[in-house]
Amino acid sequence: MGVVVGVTRVSLTGILFALILASPAALAGVLPEDRADALYHSYDGGGVEVTGPSYLVRKGNNKSYSASVNYYVDSISSASVDVLTQGSPYNEQRTQWTGSIDYLHADTTMSAGYSNSDESDYKSDTYNFSLSQAMFGDLTTVTLGYAYGDDDVSSNVDSTFERSAEHRNYHVSLTQVLTKDLLLSLNYDAVTDKGYLQNPYRRVRVQNDPFDPSAGWNFNTPETYPDTRTSNAFSANFMYYLPYRAVVKGGYRYYTDDWDIDAHNAEIGYIHPLWDRWVVEFKYRYYQQTDADFYSDLFQFPNQQNFMGRDKELSEFHDNTLGVALSYDVFEHGWGYLEKATLNFTYNRIWFDYDNYTDARQTVPPEYDFTADVFQLFASVWY
Amino acid sequence: MKLAGILLTSILFLLGGCSNIEPWVKPYERAHLADPIMSFGRDPVADSYMNHIYQVREGARGAEGGHGGGCGCN
Amino acid sequence: MITLTKTIRQAVRAVAISSLLIAGTAYADINAGPAPDFTLKNQAGSNLRLSEFRGEVVMINFWASWCAPCLQEMPLLDELYTQYQPMGFTILGVNVEEDSTKARQLLKNIPVNFPVLFDNSSDVSKLYNVVAMPSTVLVDRDGNIRYLHQGYKPGYEESYQQQVRELIKE
Repeated sequence: MGVVVGVTRVSLTGILFALILASPAALAGVLPEDRADALYHSYDGGGVEVTGPSYLVRKGNNKSYSASVNYYVDSISSASVDVLTQGSPYNEQRTQWTGSIDYLHADTTMSAGYSNSDESDYKSDTYNFSLSQAMFGDLTTVTLGYAYGDDDVSSNVDSTFERSAEHRNYHVSLTQVLTKDLLLSLNYDAVTDKGYLQNPYRRVRVQNDPFDPSAGWNFNTPETYPDTRTSNAFSANFMYYLPYRAVVKGGYRYYTDDWDIDAHNAEIGYIHPLWDRWVVEFKYRYYQQTDADFYSDLFQFPNQQNFMGRDKELSEFHDNTLGVALSYDVFEHGWGYLEKATLNFTYNRIWFDYDNYTDARQTVPPEYDFTADVFQLFASVWY
Repeated sequence: MKLAGILLTSILFLLGGCSNIEPWVKPYERAHLADPIMSFGRDPVADSYMNHIYQVREGARGAEGGHGGGCGCN
Repeated sequence: MITLTKTIRQAVRAVAISSLLIAGTAYADINAGPAPDFTLKNQAGSNLRLSEFRGEVVMINFWASWCAPCLQEMPLLDELYTQYQPMGFTILGVNVEEDSTKARQLLKNIPVNFPVLFDNSSDVSKLYNVVAMPSTVLVDRDGNIRYLHQGYKPGYEESYQQQVRELIKE
């Protein structure tokens, strides 16, 4: 039996974003709305299938407190290119619990949250705190956030393997009402990671003979990553209300880190209400990144560099997404205790194109590319 | 981290000196901003999931999406 | 000429009230002088004028269909109206929306007993310098502004009741 190549780690900011969304930066004086969501998600691409539920319940006292709980599961069935070239297909389950509370006083909202993610070879605890202040008659909201994550990394193949990693995230955002039809949101995140930041299973591809590429390659050498990583990301997002009742939105993000990865992504979307109860949304997203300075698809020597990695996530690549979402308002004017209920469906297709990561299943590995289908089906109620 | 600190302090200084700016969008003009379709976080659970998808498969993290919006009530 | 002086007087009064309303805190008897007069159409389409209610205590409540705290507050205001109306109290619900369709639909589903007026051109909102949603202004029997509440949080209705009773007794 080959070596299991573990599932890609849920990264800290993924949970952080979930936490920040769990307690959305409230415009002054109004806590996030009471609501419950039941969602089913499905990802299928590049030999990896991940499905699962996500449940959220949020309730407040309408005056000063609001609390939420989210339960999320990823059921993973992985036969990705890495897995097929270095190990054998595997199944895995990751469970994540997130809780948060918000406290509102006049124009200030304070939020605190905790998240726990658990799978057979990776456990993480994340704590976050944020402060949100509205000013200028609620036209401006500034949010500051801090999150700390603590991970325990283990291995499904080596029971003695135990490592840890720490993450810190500093977040600043500013939301500005520019006109009665235009909203702008600026965001900044600085993240530092420290500790064991790699995958315990993955190996790098090394030439069998450093001076003869035709002699083939092997996956005998494990990856070695730096034990720190610092990144900065800036984004600007806008929403513009069209006179006939529709919204056009867009955003751009720039990312840079000390692993030498530079990324840009831009997104545009269009939201259009249809008839009385439907809302349809279209989106396009483009992403591109440069590779990490210690990344290579094929190394000449097994000890070529201090740090060596072959995770396609760190390669030079770009991806395109086209997405559509449909929402149906079930009651139009509520029903008893329920203020509103919606049924929703979203579909996104993502085309991944790698510039310097190859599909090593073939003797002359071509540049790798794959498409992913991502679905979500969910119901939301407001009460 | 230094960059974060500088950014933070500059924002706070800027905003501290601007306390007498009159809101140019009146509360009774906020009908569009209060429309649910004009909210950055309209479906937080779905947005959070899509961000997770991208974070897991891309190298970049942070500064995803926008926050806020709304009626500015109270 | 007469209309011009009247307009100037109204403007001066509006500015005076504006400055007080910006600085105004809820719960303090601000005694901000005469409430600017206005005329708006009610649900039935007839004109209603503020000065018609001289001699009664008037609560002017600025609201909108998209404002959740406003909608939370309305049934409580309706209770207040039913209770104190026989003693010389009225509420004028001023809807601030350019398009009254949503508001009218709402009132069909959650009717209230007090008069609802439609400020489609935002003239009255500007006159009273509404800076928060909802905004509630209490006017005494002599037509003077006495109390101002900006926003609504559960519990505000207690002070509304207190202040209405006080003004009724005068």
